[in-house]
Amino acid sequence: MNLPLLSLLVFTPWLGAGLLALLRDARPAAVRALALGFSLSTLVLGGAALARFDPAAPGFQLVERHPWIGALNIHYHLGLDGLSLLLVLLTGLIAPAGLLAAWRDARAPRLFGALFLVLQGSALGVFLALDFFHWFLFWELSLVPVFFLIKLWGGEAAGRAAYRFVIYTLGGSAFLLLGFAAVFAATGSLDFGQLAALAADGTLTARLAHLGGFWPQVVFVGVLLGVAVKVPLYPFHTWLPPAYAEAPTGVSMFLTGVMSKMGVYAFLRILWPIFPAPLHAAAPCLLVLALAGVVLGAFAAMRQTDLKRMVAYSSVNHVSYCLLALFAVSAASGPGGPAAGAASAALGGALLQLFNHGLSAAALFCCVGVLEARSGGRRDLDDFGGVRTAAPVFAGLCGIAMFSSLGLPGLNGFVGEFFIFRGVFGLVPWVAAVACLGLFATAFFLLTFWQRVFHGPRAGAALGDWPDLQGVEFAPLVPLATLMLVLGVLPQLLTGLFNPLVARWAAALVLP
Amino acid sequence: MNALPCTIYVSFTGALLALVAGSRSAALARAVALVTAVTALALTLVAASHFVPAPGLQTLVDRPWVDSLGVHYHLAVDGISLTLLVLTGIAATAGVLFSWNVQERTGEFFALFLALIGGVYGVFLSADAFVFFVFYEIAIVPKYFLVARWGSTNREYGAMKLVLYSFAGSALVLAGLLWAYVAGGGQSFALGDLAAAAVHFPRIEQLGMFALVFLGFAVLAGLFPFHTWAPTGHVAAPTAASMLLAGVVMKLGAYGCLRIALPLFPVGFAFWQPAIGWLAVAGIVYAGAIALVQDDFKFVIGYSSVSHMGFVLLGLAAANVRAVSGAVLQMFSHGIIAGLLFAVVGRMVYDRTHTRKLADLRTMALYRRLPFAAGSFVVAGLASMGLPGFSGFPAEFAILIGTWKTSPLWAAIAALGVLVAAAFTLRVIQVSFFGTAPAKPGAPELAPLPPITRAERAGALLLIATTVLIGLKPDLLLNWIIPSLQSPLFQTVLKGGTP
Amino acid sequence: MTPLTHALAGEAALVAGVLAVLGFDLTRARHWSNGARWRAATALGLAAVLVALTLVLSVGAAGPAAAGSFLLDGLGTASRVGILVLAGLALLLAGGTARLRHPAEFVAILLLATTGFLVMAVAQQLLLAFLALELASLSLYVLAGFDRTRPESAEAALKYFLLGGLSAAFLLFGFSLLYGLTGAIGFAGIAEGLARPGLTPLLAVALVMVLVAFGFKVAAAPFHLWAPDVYQGAPPVAAALVASASKLAGFTLLVRLLWPGLGAAAAGPGLPGWLPVVALISAASLLLGNLGALAQANLRRLLAYSAIAHTGALLLGVMAAGVAGPAPLLYYAATYGLATVGAFGVVAVLDGAGVGPRIEDLAGLHRRSPLLAGCLFVFVLSLAGIPPLAGFVGKFLVFAAALRLGGLHSPAGILAFAAIFLSAVALYYYLGVLKAALVSAAPSDRETRISVPGSSAVALVMAAVLLVLLGLFPSVLLGLFS
Repeated sequence: MNLPLLSLLVFTPWLGAGLLALLRDARPAAVRALALGFSLSTLVLGGAALARFDPAAPGFQLVERHPWIGALNIHYHLGLDGLSLLLVLLTGLIAPAGLLAAWRDARAPRLFGALFLVLQGSALGVFLALDFFHWFLFWELSLVPVFFLIKLWGGEAAGRAAYRFVIYTLGGSAFLLLGFAAVFAATGSLDFGQLAALAADGTLTARLAHLGGFWPQVVFVGVLLGVAVKVPLYPFHTWLPPAYAEAPTGVSMFLTGVMSKMGVYAFLRILWPIFPAPLHAAAPCLLVLALAGVVLGAFAAMRQTDLKRMVAYSSVNHVSYCLLALFAVSAASGPGGPAAGAASAALGGALLQLFNHGLSAAALFCCVGVLEARSGGRRDLDDFGGVRTAAPVFAGLCGIAMFSSLGLPGLNGFVGEFFIFRGVFGLVPWVAAVACLGLFATAFFLLTFWQRVFHGPRAGAALGDWPDLQGVEFAPLVPLATLMLVLGVLPQLLTGLFNPLVARWAAALVLP
Repeated sequence: MNALPCTIYVSFTGALLALVAGSRSAALARAVALVTAVTALALTLVAASHFVPAPGLQTLVDRPWVDSLGVHYHLAVDGISLTLLVLTGIAATAGVLFSWNVQERTGEFFALFLALIGGVYGVFLSADAFVFFVFYEIAIVPKYFLVARWGSTNREYGAMKLVLYSFAGSALVLAGLLWAYVAGGGQSFALGDLAAAAVHFPRIEQLGMFALVFLGFAVLAGLFPFHTWAPTGHVAAPTAASMLLAGVVMKLGAYGCLRIALPLFPVGFAFWQPAIGWLAVAGIVYAGAIALVQDDFKFVIGYSSVSHMGFVLLGLAAANVRAVSGAVLQMFSHGIIAGLLFAVVGRMVYDRTHTRKLADLRTMALYRRLPFAAGSFVVAGLASMGLPGFSGFPAEFAILIGTWKTSPLWAAIAALGVLVAAAFTLRVIQVSFFGTAPAKPGAPELAPLPPITRAERAGALLLIATTVLIGLKPDLLLNWIIPSLQSPLFQTVLKGGTP
Repeated sequence: MTPLTHALAGEAALVAGVLAVLGFDLTRARHWSNGARWRAATALGLAAVLVALTLVLSVGAAGPAAAGSFLLDGLGTASRVGILVLAGLALLLAGGTARLRHPAEFVAILLLATTGFLVMAVAQQLLLAFLALELASLSLYVLAGFDRTRPESAEAALKYFLLGGLSAAFLLFGFSLLYGLTGAIGFAGIAEGLARPGLTPLLAVALVMVLVAFGFKVAAAPFHLWAPDVYQGAPPVAAALVASASKLAGFTLLVRLLWPGLGAAAAGPGLPGWLPVVALISAASLLLGNLGALAQANLRRLLAYSAIAHTGALLLGVMAAGVAGPAPLLYYAATYGLATVGAFGVVAVLDGAGVGPRIEDLAGLHRRSPLLAGCLFVFVLSLAGIPPLAGFVGKFLVFAAALRLGGLHSPAGILAFAAIFLSAVALYYYLGVLKAALVSAAPSDRETRISVPGSSAVALVMAAVLLVLLGLFPSVLLGLFS
């Protein structure tokens, strides 16, 4: 069949959103079911793509490329490789989970569902687009539903948090736009593949050098800023804790599960292939920033008493590991190249971490959401105690998520972190040493969370009526927990998808 | 194609008919106005479908008019004028739809409105400097009466300021044009002839002529620091007039710069180019910063217009095909977006709530009471920010690309302007429609607001559809614009095409 | 050589008309009501004007007449046609304002003034020019004082007469000096006489005197002091004539005198010729007229100051007439005359309806009389120089001609530049008038409709339509003038 599978992937959720916008008088249950159905389409179509995907083949698969805007040499170009497939599948899992977590929220389900589907489609577009124009369109467009989702369904300080989030990202995007305008001015192309090829043989550097002065560096910094804000890279992370904390549960799950991955994806797909030399030059400095994110993120999480903020800071910590790996690889690349083994370990670990963190962080937010719902809105560390006694199943599922996030061997979180550390230690040993601090701090606060909330005598909100998980509340947690267990034992299910890709990356690290 | 001059005649005839119809009934006047606007739009679209892009102007009418001056009634069209003609048609139709509720002296209102439109069509179709100037001035007087009689805040002052600045600008243009005409022998006002003669003038004269003509047009385009008429005038104007003023009339100035000032005096342009570029970026950032601290809804939009026109002027200053094509696309895009913004602010919100102060609006939770208006304003705001998917993005992108080639520093500052635009737009969206502040104690409970009428919906959907269409397929317009910039007149002043 | 009777057939018709009007009023209309007598007198006057018009057109450009004393060329014919049209419009307007007494005398004196204007337009000789000028001026003095119910009218007439008499003296003195210097009274002879190089001080004095006199006649600064009072005090129809036909005839004569008559003395070696003097007067008029008008609250005084400003622009046309010919100047003068007659016509109707003279008294005009408001709209915009009205084309032609003299950096160019700018200032006060008439709401105690007398309506509409047509098709009139 020659269906345009990738276009279907991207636009089916939007179709669902459009449908929801038109159905003014539908009942809430029908609306929620419709939204969930369209959201699950990603998983289905992603599965179809998985079936047709050949990991060993080089380049992009299931490519769709059509001329679009001739005047700017822009093509409608979608393509899939191991990295994008990984993230598409992740989105396919997290998005329905988010919708299920929001099932009980009574306010305006039609608008919520529509906005959520638009967000999902935009995220998929970011992962599949291979030409700057529509990549940037999806990147920017994803901000709009997030803004309204946080503002209209969020907590008290939601307005300011949403505003700050969007402004930071748009600010970064303005510089991203500036950088790409320069790139287009120099090369006449916005296609990521073509630009990567031009960068590989040195043409891009030569052309940008025509700008003179320090402007080529400005171009690089512009693109860097644009993607760095999204991850986020320390110190551009200050928008994140309020946004994640004020957002409603389902949205927080998506934000941490998928949107932060958009930033890392941009580093891997755009910044690194197109600006390998400037990245190498800036890598030492960036390493320090990523390290700060790892360590300071974890330490900040330790000091939080608001559970959602704790998980938010923990996200900063975990995603910074991915960047740490990338920067370590870039820093060590050069004439002669780094040890290919270490590099592929680091990169492979980073990709694993992307997926695994998505699962575990989303699950954690879901758990905090349940705690919040049961306690009537409170989510402070001191508000709970002995939940394990009251709701053992819930505690069990939550425990799996927490220990996965901690990196316990046997759960999925361990594998990614292990490979990252192994790779980084082989490339830039002192960084790996310092990053261990982050591991200890993470362990500390997660164990504190576990102990204070779940163990001990029943206290706080857990006194009184505290039913275990009921009905739809199982729906997001059980699949996520199952996957965490399975992938902990069988990580090759994932690594099989991208190992050839990583190997190719590692082999191509000798800079021109 | 030869029906294009009829847009002018249809508009003026419609104006007279509306005046007569208004003395019988307001509804008749409205009907006449709508039919006229739609007819003119249809004429432009039909011509567009037959249009074959080619460098240079394609003559429609060329008859001797004032022999002793060598003036010909010469109307012609190329891709750039066609783009702007289509913009005028769409903006005019939307303007009529959003003025459906004008009750006082409806016939006169629409007569003035259509006369303004007729003058604008004439400017975009002129190929003779005299004819250009005549239509340019014809468009000035209706503005005064539209604003002074049907406007709101400070209307008489705003109207007078608006008109005097426009007239002063046109006085400068007249001085420069006459000088060039006389120095070239006083035989012809045709643009090609003037350009050919201007090449032989002493350099200092060319610099002076360019300065006069460009400055005169740039005042109307809102070049910093001569832009102060724009916020005051736009705020004072009634909705349809501000839609036209910000959407179309400011483009007359930019069009004049592009069609007349640049090709006629390339030497002058080369000299003044840095100054123009710096003033343009200053306008982008300054106007954006001022918009950030305004308390009146409409002032935010007024200043945002100045900021967007700064992009247009920056594109012109960058002087290459990429940037100028972006500038023309931005003229179109901003015309539509500004129309939508003013329509929401003026017609949908102010006519119902009778306040434009953000401090008051933030207590009203308008997104619940006027969801269609909220949605339209969000779309307009996103488009105004230059979000991809709407027409502003390809325009600003093209301008940035072209500006990089000329001056990376300008491009960097302009990108800053994009950020500032995002900030103030987001702020105003948030505060005006999604504000959830509690009402001041003692403030009266707001009565239920009248629903959005069909005419308003139609107008809003027309504008939204246009901006989305061009945002996703800017080729539709760029394929007209870029060939036109290959004409010899433009090539002498623009450097370089696609890389 | 055209016989004299042929050449002056138009004037003869007018004089016959004078006699007819007076005669008819003394005999048949003796016991009619004032209104009926007005209607009869204006009808007869119009008939005379029409006959004169036909005769002038039929004689056409017949060449010199009476041994070179007159020159019937295209310029003269066109000018006479314009004067007759303006006089006709004034008569129509007069018929509508049946308030003054002695209608026949009014019409008769108006016709006499017109006769004087007609001769001014074709005179080629100093004495004839002076005679015609005096005939016209004396008639105008009387017309200015015709309203015996208001002291302003008498004051206006007295001021006009005193200053006019003074200027006549200057003119005669200047003319006699010219005769003495050149030995000729025909313009051609004077030109020949001045062709000998050298600008003697005596010639300079003669030139200055002539210019002062004409400056007074056309209300140029600094000889303008009579204008605001006369425009304000005189009956509106008289003021209309003063502002329109008088200017047209005056400028025709001036242009004939200066180019080619005194052309050689325009700018000579040694002492400066008359060109810089005219430039100075033009600059002063432009500035004073525009800035003075800004401060006015009375509509008629505003029209007076705007007349002064327009005179400044017209003098630019005079300066340029040597190079660009008289067509731009006279086109401007003719169309300016039309617009002024129209504006004063509106004033006349309002005066008859009891509306006060201040600008703010115009409030609500759009409701009280859409016809008057619409016509005022056209007239004021033509005065402001907005296309597509004739005023714009006139301005454009004059500025283009002025710039031809030497580009933007010559004195004429700088003046033209200043004039362009001051027209933006002028727009401010013109819009102020239109704002009052078209935008402001009427105060509640004055909301009655104003009825416009039939003949006035005809005159106003004709003038408005002519302004629009001449603006859209200027070649018609331009062809006539060149």
